[in-house]
Amino acid sequence: MSDFPTDPVVTIKSLTVLYGKQRALNDVSASFPAGAVGLLGPNGAGKSTLLKTLLGFLKPAAGSMEVLGLDVAASPAEIRARLGYMPEIDAHIPGMNAVSFVGYCGQLAGLPPVDAMQRAHEVLYYVGLGEARYRNVETYSTGMKQRIKLAQALVHDPDLLFLDEPTNGMDPKGREEMLELIRDLAHNKGMNLILSSHLLPDVEYTCDHVIVLHQASVATQGPIDELKGPRGSVFEFRIKGDRAAFSRLLHDEGLTVHAGEEDVMRVFVPDQRGAHALFALAARHGVQVRHLRPSLPTLEDVFAQAVGEE
Amino acid sequence: MPIHDQSYRRYRGERAPEGRAWTVIATAGIKTMLAKRKFLGLLLIAWLPFIVRAVQMYIAANFPQASMLAPTSETFRQFLEQQGVFTFFITIFTGAGLIANDLRANALQIYLSKPMGRFEYIAGKFGVLAFFLLLVTWLPATMLLIIQIVFAGNLEFLKANLFLLPAILVATVIETIVLCMVMLALSSLSKSARFVGIMYAGMVFFTHALYGVVFVVTRNTKFSWMSLQGNLQQLGDLVFRVDPRYGTPAWATILALVVIVGASAFVLERRVRGVEVVT
Repeated sequence: MSDFPTDPVVTIKSLTVLYGKQRALNDVSASFPAGAVGLLGPNGAGKSTLLKTLLGFLKPAAGSMEVLGLDVAASPAEIRARLGYMPEIDAHIPGMNAVSFVGYCGQLAGLPPVDAMQRAHEVLYYVGLGEARYRNVETYSTGMKQRIKLAQALVHDPDLLFLDEPTNGMDPKGREEMLELIRDLAHNKGMNLILSSHLLPDVEYTCDHVIVLHQASVATQGPIDELKGPRGSVFEFRIKGDRAAFSRLLHDEGLTVHAGEEDVMRVFVPDQRGAHALFALAARHGVQVRHLRPSLPTLEDVFAQAVGEE
Repeated sequence: MPIHDQSYRRYRGERAPEGRAWTVIATAGIKTMLAKRKFLGLLLIAWLPFIVRAVQMYIAANFPQASMLAPTSETFRQFLEQQGVFTFFITIFTGAGLIANDLRANALQIYLSKPMGRFEYIAGKFGVLAFFLLLVTWLPATMLLIIQIVFAGNLEFLKANLFLLPAILVATVIETIVLCMVMLALSSLSKSARFVGIMYAGMVFFTHALYGVVFVVTRNTKFSWMSLQGNLQQLGDLVFRVDPRYGTPAWATILALVVIVGASAFVLERRVRGVEVVT
């Protein structure tokens, strides 16, 4: 990813978006660097709202936004000419087959008809719909509809892609293929993209940088490796006895705990105390340690810490 | 290396300047409609009155004993009024699904994520319906005028009725603007084209029926401004310099049409958005 320019592709300053009296985004400031950036957060955190505001669909109550160095309020069409947007919901132009639909989208984005049609064929092959490109989009399965949404976003070769929950409703194989495509676009084709998702593995697999939204605000942001980096250690930890009570003790000691699989806890020790802190605490309270294994920090740990999940 | 790795290339070709997307929408919409056989049949039928009138002009020009068939300025007014039935069906057939179908398929997010604004989107949709309405009103009426000149072999009729050319243009363009705006506004209110068609027919008939009831009670025709159809008829009479059929003053008719277009524009402004916000 070192090939990418260092200028951010999206800069947001003190952005507030209201739905009536409800704050969908509250004083959000963030900088999206070039490359693949994950926009992570639970449902209702404001991810889709942020993308729609950047597209100019929603007018912010306060704040400013720049996309690709252009002011969103002043140059929305210029920005959208360089953007590709894959919406979260099923969306297509009715009554068209796939190649006509994608070619039409290319023309809407300013491509000449012949070029748009040529690009439509290429892009449909790229997303894996080459054989189904003459079928009416309305007959497509959910997975195919996700792919065609990606195709229409790519047809005009945008500089920046907005992908809103791109793996929604896909079966495991389709999801894997979609993530491969996204990863390929970001890492091999030099495409900048913002991937909005509530699925941590999707973001972790495809992105280098993450911005975590929680309750309409930015909870944390930075390169994924750095956020997962050596600011402490993570342990998989299992005890005999009252797990909830011991979790409270850990929490009181300033350690972050969240549930792992079955009765295993994932404990984040934020300083250099390491496993000694856990053993000492268990000994002090007469708790028997059944299992303790160092673990690699995952994006899930970062997310849990950022949003204060236990 | 998988095949798909080889198939995505960066695009280095030319791009059209902004502001032309509406032509893409209009062209695609027109082609879609022309691909429908039933609609082509409707268009052909809509041109039958033109053929009848053309034959009438031929006979009047070539057979002196049929001089009572000679066209007057009122002939053109009558012709456009006869076309009203076709404009009604074409407005429903073409216009009902223009925005409703896009709402059903969530296509607005696709359209508005491209380098175009809401105005351009509406202009493109407007263009589709306007094209077909003018195709069965302005075009045949203008061609009739040309045919009259050709058959008569002189410009006397045109010289005597020089106002006809602009009158045909003004009457058909105003009718087209009003019908397109009303239909687009209704189309933006529902996801079902069928329901939009019913709403449009209901609106046309209901407003005229309402005027009819008021007329029966008051025995006064000055309330024709209540009827969409009545307003268009009244305006047509004024433009073609024939005796107005209603007692409504010109300003009231024009004001009613402006209000209808304004209300339609307001509805479109509220409904054509990339995201529907429910608060």
